[in-house]
Amino acid sequence: MTPETQQKLEKLALKVREHIVRLSTDGGCFTGASLSCADLLVYLYSELLNVRPDNLTDPTRDYLFLSKGHDVPALYGTFVELGFLDKARLDQHLSTDDHIYWHPNRHVPGVEFHSGSLGHLPSVALGVAMDCKMRGQDNKVIVITGDGELNEGTVWESLLVASAHKVNNLTLVVDRNHFQANVATEDLIPLEPLAPKFEAFGCEVRRIDGHDFKQLEEAFSALPFSDSKPSVIICDTVRGRGLPSIEARADRWFCNFSSEEVEELLRELHSQVATTLTSETLTVR
Amino acid sequence: MNYEELIKQTALADERIVVMTAENRALIRNLPAVLGPRFIDTGITEQTLIGAAAGLALRGRVPVVHALATFLTLRAFEFIRTDVGIGQLPVKLSGFVPGFLSDGNGPTHQAIEDVSLMRGIPGMTVFAPADEADMLAMLPAIWASPQPAYLRVNTRPGTYQHAPFEMGKAEIVAEGTDITILTYGMLFEQTLVARELLQAQGKSVGLINLRSLKPIDEAALLDVVRRGSLIVTVEDHFITGGLYSILAEILLRNQLTARVLPLALEERWYRPGRLSAVLEHEGFTGHHIARRITEHLGESGATIAPGPTVLENEFAE
Repeated sequence: MTPETQQKLEKLALKVREHIVRLSTDGGCFTGASLSCADLLVYLYSELLNVRPDNLTDPTRDYLFLSKGHDVPALYGTFVELGFLDKARLDQHLSTDDHIYWHPNRHVPGVEFHSGSLGHLPSVALGVAMDCKMRGQDNKVIVITGDGELNEGTVWESLLVASAHKVNNLTLVVDRNHFQANVATEDLIPLEPLAPKFEAFGCEVRRIDGHDFKQLEEAFSALPFSDSKPSVIICDTVRGRGLPSIEARADRWFCNFSSEEVEELLRELHSQVATTLTSETLTVR
Repeated sequence: MNYEELIKQTALADERIVVMTAENRALIRNLPAVLGPRFIDTGITEQTLIGAAAGLALRGRVPVVHALATFLTLRAFEFIRTDVGIGQLPVKLSGFVPGFLSDGNGPTHQAIEDVSLMRGIPGMTVFAPADEADMLAMLPAIWASPQPAYLRVNTRPGTYQHAPFEMGKAEIVAEGTDITILTYGMLFEQTLVARELLQAQGKSVGLINLRSLKPIDEAALLDVVRRGSLIVTVEDHFITGGLYSILAEILLRNQLTARVLPLALEERWYRPGRLSAVLEHEGFTGHHIARRITEHLGESGATIAPGPTVLENEFAE
């Protein structure tokens, strides 16, 4: 990856994080969860995927399914920055006049399928990947899950089927931010050792730093990892990445800040100096 | 022509059709060799089966999905509701051994809330053929429709010559002034027997094979209500959410009232056995249906000779 590309991606990711912070008020959104996968989404849509505002109905485009629906603010931000979505629509967040809310839906251009109920999109993506293969197309089908989402049995069920059917154009990406909702994964339902679990289910696995664009490029440009197996990329990430005051707190999964706090967070985002926020702990779900 | 032959011909003529199953191949055993990659068996994974069907439908396919009715509608319920329902995708669900057709399996396998569950999903259509001929008559329209659909698979041989199928229309077998029996699915054959037994007592008995529970033929039902006869709903389903509930909703919506005798399963699963034993024990043979109607009319002294023996169900899965 050239230094120019790296710089471009960092700038884009910063913009996306600004969008996430701005959406974290007037009802709020899943701030912490979204910040962990901002780099991943920016990299995928900017560098890897053949998905553009002008080819969204082309069946030979690549597909990205956001099974971890909480991350939709990161997706909205990415879509705004890459021209999929008019920025003005983000002002309609949680307005019943538009379809910009806490989980993805197909009224937003670029969103391939609605999500929110966890453990659904691995199988939907499997169906899409099977059809691509059936038609002899070599487009990529990527599904992003959270790590807490891995508690859902259907993630594993769909990998068993994908593996049995040798669906090697399917890639499952885990946003491994080590939290499920408000509790650390390893304190509640431990997942480690994670890579061998996927290997045991018939997948080819790589594990990378999900905030390192070079590592993202290295892993994703090597897809598919196998001629006969689905691929899995575990992206180790930090929940709240980019905002130390959010990173530090387990209860910043969902946030609803005051407008003053949003301004403070935007300053924090640029200066990286932690701020002290007084908003109450939120444990909505 | 049977179910497998129909789906084979349809799939060969229409490449959108994909046949899927969670290892329930009883009716589609010969299709893997014919359809190749368009036959997808996901193994015993009803939830993934539905999700994958939604994914295939997103790509323009029309998946015809086979699983045991109870696991399809219950275990995969949220996947049907969320992936297929919210997506409004043309996934066609074929539920095997629904209702009493699961005769010997026991409560775990009894799909007797399936109509209630499926009709509760916005945009979902629900069909229950009286026998195999009835099913073959309705399937082309169901598969051609852009809507998601749930079918109570019924391959029992029938003797009744069914009218052509029209979406949203019930089959009016007979009109009657004393009693009208409303039914769907495999109990149709028993209601034919019941009707004959009651007619032999000198009663005028109407009979309607609903075929489609959603959309429901409201006009046909209102017509029966206005005729003023006793209405008997006969169904192998919990009393909640099925035909009796549908009729009750229609009556209230139209601010009408009627004399209604519901014959359904109330607050219990049915006792497993061979089909004839189940129908006998639960009171759903033609003879028992006629007897229960007669008793309801306060004619407990009337004797009804038992009707023909119930043909046992062919074992399927």
